[in-house]
Amino acid sequence: MSVEATVTPEEAPPVMAGDDTPPILAVEGLAKQYGGRIGCADVGFRLWPGEVLGIVGESGSGKTTVLNCAAGRLAPTAGRVLYSAADGATHDVHAIAETDRRRLMRTDWAFVHQHARDGLRMGVSAGANVGEPLMALGARHYGRIRTAAGDWLTRTEIDADRIDDRPTTFSGGMQQRLQVARALVAEPRLVFMDEPTGGLDVSVQARLLDLLRGLVTELGLAAVIVTHDLAVARLLSHRLLVMRRGRVVETGLTDQVLDDPQHPYTQLLVASVLQP
Amino acid sequence: MNIPAAMVEPAGGRDDTYNFAYLDEQTKRMIRRALLKAVAVPGYQVPFAGREMPMPYGWGTGGVQVTAAILKADDVLKVIDQGADDTTNAVSIRKFFRRTAGVATTERTEAANVIQTRHRIPETPLRAGQILVYQVPIPEPLRFLEPRETETRRMHAHADYGLMHVKLYEDIARHGHIATTYAYPVKVAGRYVMDPSPTPKFDNPKMSECPALQLFGAGREKRIYAIPPFTTVESLDFEDHSFTVQRWDRPCALCGARDSFLDEVVTDDRGGRMFVCSDTDYCARRRDAGHGPEEEEA
Amino acid sequence: MTDRLRIENVGKRFTLHNQGGVAIPVLRGVSLAVAGGECVALTGPSGAGKSTLMRMIHANYRTDEGSIRLRADGQAPWIELAGADPRAVLAVRRGTLGYVSQFLRVVPRVPAREVVAEPLIALGRPVEAARAAAEAMLARLNLPEALWRLPPATFSGGEQQRVNIARGFIHPYPVLLLDEPTASLDGANRAVVLDLIGEAKARGAAIVGIFHDAQARAAVCDREFEIAPLGAVA
Repeated sequence: MSVEATVTPEEAPPVMAGDDTPPILAVEGLAKQYGGRIGCADVGFRLWPGEVLGIVGESGSGKTTVLNCAAGRLAPTAGRVLYSAADGATHDVHAIAETDRRRLMRTDWAFVHQHARDGLRMGVSAGANVGEPLMALGARHYGRIRTAAGDWLTRTEIDADRIDDRPTTFSGGMQQRLQVARALVAEPRLVFMDEPTGGLDVSVQARLLDLLRGLVTELGLAAVIVTHDLAVARLLSHRLLVMRRGRVVETGLTDQVLDDPQHPYTQLLVASVLQP
Repeated sequence: MNIPAAMVEPAGGRDDTYNFAYLDEQTKRMIRRALLKAVAVPGYQVPFAGREMPMPYGWGTGGVQVTAAILKADDVLKVIDQGADDTTNAVSIRKFFRRTAGVATTERTEAANVIQTRHRIPETPLRAGQILVYQVPIPEPLRFLEPRETETRRMHAHADYGLMHVKLYEDIARHGHIATTYAYPVKVAGRYVMDPSPTPKFDNPKMSECPALQLFGAGREKRIYAIPPFTTVESLDFEDHSFTVQRWDRPCALCGARDSFLDEVVTDDRGGRMFVCSDTDYCARRRDAGHGPEEEEA
Repeated sequence: MTDRLRIENVGKRFTLHNQGGVAIPVLRGVSLAVAGGECVALTGPSGAGKSTLMRMIHANYRTDEGSIRLRADGQAPWIELAGADPRAVLAVRRGTLGYVSQFLRVVPRVPAREVVAEPLIALGRPVEAARAAAEAMLARLNLPEALWRLPPATFSGGEQQRVNIARGFIHPYPVLLLDEPTASLDGANRAVVLDLIGEAKARGAAIVGIFHDAQARAAVCDREFEIAPLGAVA
C-alpha cells in the first residue's frame, strides 16, 4: 500500500505555537545569593506549553537553585518568575500572596524530587499518596479517589494490587514512579523535576525515562528538568540551558547544543561523557 | 433554673494562702487574652505561656489553667473524667478548686456554669451561659501525618487540609470504613480543622451550634482554642463514607437509656460484663426519675 | 517545480576550545538550490563535509555563515534555518523537514512500531491511526511482525536501518534528508527504499542525500553536487 494515501493534505502539521502565544513560564533576571556566594545570576528563560526544557550542568552549577526559584519554592534575591495560567492571567510567582502561590502549586504545578522520600509520605499507603493531591483540591468521594489512584498506579507501571502498601515496601524505581503518579494525578500544566532519574540503576532509569517521555507527550505538559546526565537531557528535553557557576553559558535546541556545542564549558561537558 | 440546693456543695473553705484559683493575676490575664483570641478565631490554636501546675502533664494541666483563668467566686463548677464525676482525676481537680478558689461544686450538669471535662461532653444538653473546658493532650489534628510544627502551622494558615482526608482515606482503605472513633477531626466555622480532644465521635454533633462556650486547653503543648456558642462544627468525611456516630444494640443496663454513650464494664472474672452510661450524672438522674433497665427491655 | 530548499553561501567551522582553540573550517561558500520533485546527491571524498551540510540543513549543527531556507511548497513563505529559534526549528522538523540519519538513535524500551509512529503522533494524528500507518510501513520494509513490539536496541544493523527509514517516510515531508538510506540493506529492501524515494519525488518532495551506493544514486538522483574538502587552517 502507499503510505502517502493515509496522510491527507488537510492533516497538515498544526503550526507550533508561534512567538505570539504567551509562554507558560517566563523567568527574568533571576538571581539568588546565599550570603556572599552566588547561587545563580542573570538567569532567564521562557517555556511554552508542551515544551520540555532541560537544565544541565555539574553539581553546584546552580541548576537546582534555578529550578527551586522557578517553581516558587525558593525566593530569589532578584528577578521574577511569571506564570501564565490557563485563564490567561499572569501571576508574578514571588510577588503574589503565599496562599495564592501554594494554590498554584496544588492546582497547576507539580514537583518531582530526586529522592522519592522528599516527594512522598512514607507513612501512608501508595493509594493515599496518589490520592492526596486530589483530596487537597477538594475531592471528597472515596471511591472516585481510589479509582483515580489505581489508574495512576497502572499508568506508572505499578501493580494496582500494591495500592494499600506503603512506599517503604517499594523498590527505588517504584518509589520514583509513585512520585510521578502523585505529581501528575491532579493534571498539572507545568512540572518541575529535579534529577528524576538520579540514584536509580540504569535499567530502572530507562523505564522511568520512557514513562516520563510518554506522559509528557501524552498530557502535553510543559516541564523543566534538571539533570547532570546529558543522555537524560537528550531524551527528555526539547531545549537546553547549560549552567556553570550559577550562570547560563549556552542555550539552544537540545541536539544542537549537544552535537555542536559552542561554549568551551559545554564542549568539555559533552566531551566528558562516557559512550558505552 | 430550679436546682435543689442539696445538689450543689456550697462555696466556702478557700485556703487563702493561695491566690484565688491558684494562678497569679498576671498569668490569668495572659490566659484570658489567649482565650479572647481563641474565641475570636474559632478553632485556631493560640499559643500561651503555660505554667507548671501542681499536677503532672496528662492530668489536665491545660484545662485546669483555663478553668483557673475564667473562674469567679460565685461560679458553680463540675468536673468530669470520661463522663464520670467520681473518678480520681475528676475528684482531685474538683478538690483543687474547692481549696484554691472555694467555689461551689456540683455533679449536676444543669446546675454548673463551668464544666471541666476529660474525654466527654455531658448528655444533658448544655445551655447558654455555660462554659465547657476540655483537657487536651495533643491539640494538633495534623500531627498524625506531619510531624513538623512549622509545616502544620503553614497548613492551617493556608487552609491546606488535604492531609486530614488522607488519614480518613487510610482508615477506609484499611478497615473498610472510617475507623477513627475518638479525636475525630472537625472543621470549625468552615475554616480551621481542629482536634476535638479525645472525646468519642459520638459527642461531635453536640459541639455544633452548641449554646455553651467551649474552651480547649493543652498544658504540655501550651495551646488554647475555642468554639464560640452557636458555631457550626462539621465532622470531616467522604461523600460515600459519611460521618456516623456509634450506636449500641442495647440500652444502658442501669437506666435503660438508648440515647447515651455506653461504657463496657467488666463485672466478674468469668466474662460477665454490662453496658452502662458513661455520663454518671445523666444515668443517676434517669434512675431518680424512675427509669430502669426493665422498661426498655420489655 | 519551484525551489523548496535554498542554501546560499554557507560556511561552517568548528572551534575546539579545549584543544587550544583550534578552528577547523569544514565548509565555505556552499550554495545549492533544490526544487520540489528533485533528488540531489552530495558527493565528495570522505571528510569533505557532506554529513556536516546535511546536519546543518537539519539544524543539528549551527550555521555560522550564509543562509539555509526551506518552504513546504511553492507558495509557502521561506523559513530561515540559520540562527532560527529552537521552537521554529522543531516546528519545521515536525511537519516540513524529514531526516533519515545513518544510525538510529535508540530510545530505551520504546517498541519499533512506536518509534515509527511517533512523528505522526507529534503531528496530532490519532494514536491508533498512527500505529496502523507505522505497521503498514514496517510491513512494506519487510520487518518481521514479531519485531514490531520490541525496542530496536537489540535489532541487527539492517533492521535498525529499516526502522529508521520507516520513521523518515511515515509523513510526506516536503523536504527530505537521506544519509546513506540503502546502506546495510539487502536487495529487496533496497528496492523498497528506492521506491519510497521515487514516490516522495513524485509527490514533489525536495530531497538531498548521501549515497555511497552508486547504483542507488543513479536510480533516484537527478544530479550530483560535489563538496570539495577544505584544508585545515589553524
